[in-house]
Amino acid sequence: MDVLKTSLKEIRDGIRGKKFSSAEVTKAYLNQIEKWNGKLNAYITVNDQAVAAAAKADELIAKGEGGALAGVPIAIKDMFCTKGMRTTAGSKILENFVPPYSATVVERLEKAGMVSLGKTNQDEFAMGSSSETSAFGVGRNPWNLDYVPGGSSGGSAAAVAAGMAPASLGTDTGGSIRQPASFCGIVGIKPTYGRVSRYGIVAFASSLDQAGPMTKTVADAALVLEAMSGRDPRDSTTSAQPVPQWEQKISKNLKGLKVGLPKEYFSDRLQPETRAAVDRAIEVVKKAGAETVEVSLPLTEMAVPIYYLVCTSEASSNLARYDGVRFGFRADFSKKPAEDLAEFYCRTRGEGFGGEVKRRIILGTYALSSGYYDAYYKKACQVRRLLRQQFLDAFKQCDVMMSPVTTSPAFKLFERISDPLEMYLNDIYTTSANLVGIPGISVPAGFSGNKLPIGVQILASHFNEQALFNVGSVIEEGLAIKELPHGLQ
Amino acid sequence: MISEEDVARVALLARLSITNEETKRLATQLSSVLGHFEHVSKVNTEGVEPMVTPTDIEGFWREDKVEGWKSAEAAMANAPEATGNLFKVPPVVG
Repeated sequence: MDVLKTSLKEIRDGIRGKKFSSAEVTKAYLNQIEKWNGKLNAYITVNDQAVAAAAKADELIAKGEGGALAGVPIAIKDMFCTKGMRTTAGSKILENFVPPYSATVVERLEKAGMVSLGKTNQDEFAMGSSSETSAFGVGRNPWNLDYVPGGSSGGSAAAVAAGMAPASLGTDTGGSIRQPASFCGIVGIKPTYGRVSRYGIVAFASSLDQAGPMTKTVADAALVLEAMSGRDPRDSTTSAQPVPQWEQKISKNLKGLKVGLPKEYFSDRLQPETRAAVDRAIEVVKKAGAETVEVSLPLTEMAVPIYYLVCTSEASSNLARYDGVRFGFRADFSKKPAEDLAEFYCRTRGEGFGGEVKRRIILGTYALSSGYYDAYYKKACQVRRLLRQQFLDAFKQCDVMMSPVTTSPAFKLFERISDPLEMYLNDIYTTSANLVGIPGISVPAGFSGNKLPIGVQILASHFNEQALFNVGSVIEEGLAIKELPHGLQ
Repeated sequence: MISEEDVARVALLARLSITNEETKRLATQLSSVLGHFEHVSKVNTEGVEPMVTPTDIEGFWREDKVEGWKSAEAAMANAPEATGNLFKVPPVVG
């Protein structure tokens, strides 16, 4: 079995058909992790119980038991609480945090038979687009080690691209699954808001956060998402909408499908190479029977500003829980005691959080503070409703939309980290899906001149993930990536 | 647009200690970010209800029954400092 080429579905079927055991497969991935993690820094924690868990899965399978993903190894972003396994969210403030419970998503996948390979690197509290804000060192792109893997789920993306996991879990608040998937040449889906439980996922911005799989193929993404989705009594924002068997229902016949091309997404800021990749994907979809139609989302220019006002406001509130009292890092007060209670919190949080997190907490606190609330937070929430309406109107003219994921392929490490505005503006094409709550997928569509992958984004209306898998499968077949990551040679 | 004094005031509200250098840098960076965000104010939002969650919350009922949780020890295991089942904090002067 070649870890760089085998899909999750092939692994699942191979284990079921006794072609190989879960233990053999798990060891193959652990070997690849051992070989490459020093360079890529894709994992923060490797599960030292993985082989034992795989052996247990093999026993169950031998007895004819085991779920939909029996014995399949999967990597988990360090945003998901994993019972008994350190969960850092990429932050010093949680460097020693061992959760007493697991996220619902993790529980469901374990019930389906997943073997956890460990926890992947990410931007601190998922705040970043490059995996450079991690307190555990920067992540790197397997296609070229001098470039970022994207973020915030950069470790999850790099792990799948580099054969260090057949699939991984990510979270997406403004593009954190789709953008790194695009930068690393893999598939990543952010489902509809409410499709997947957020219980036990470290909270960043609660009205935007969703979890989803990152995989080598579109069918793999459908399989893993099926096992993750559905109502959870522990998250009241989850939906009772039935979870379809997406993978079995994938149809590559797109006859009559209307593909909207939002004109604001094809402006001058889009780099020609990225434009060319998206155009190629559009041609492939047309050949499969789809028609294209131009649509307009005039508030697109507002998506990044309102996204950053909403997400920082919610984050400033969510991150208030890190107080150094009940769990997590506490500053050392043995030599210099705190003068008052405020200083106790200030020093703990000032030392525990990194620069980007502090920047966002301060921006969010400012946007919520007395005298500024109406002008910033409330205004952003009003424009958010208008943006949602524009999407609902556009979906009256089309079934899906296709667009770039980012304006350009992966950028060089340390190139943008000192300019937050430049980094934020890079999220122009991904943030709207989170603000509006619709599902979006990134599928590989080719390479840049300097051999970095470029993805294409497909968006659908609420709860229509099936359309993403259908269109994604057609693009995947038409533009299959045959090369292996150049950084691994 | 956002002064160093603003940054210092908000940092205290957020219970974050930041250095003088960080205060300066944040004032510059956040001014540039908020400057870019300024055009949001030009969108006409008269009579628009603020949207705080992107999908309709369906709401659902469940039986109000007590379910077992972890032991107190498991809940306390991550405390920076504890005495028995009590969280311990250092003495604060003021």
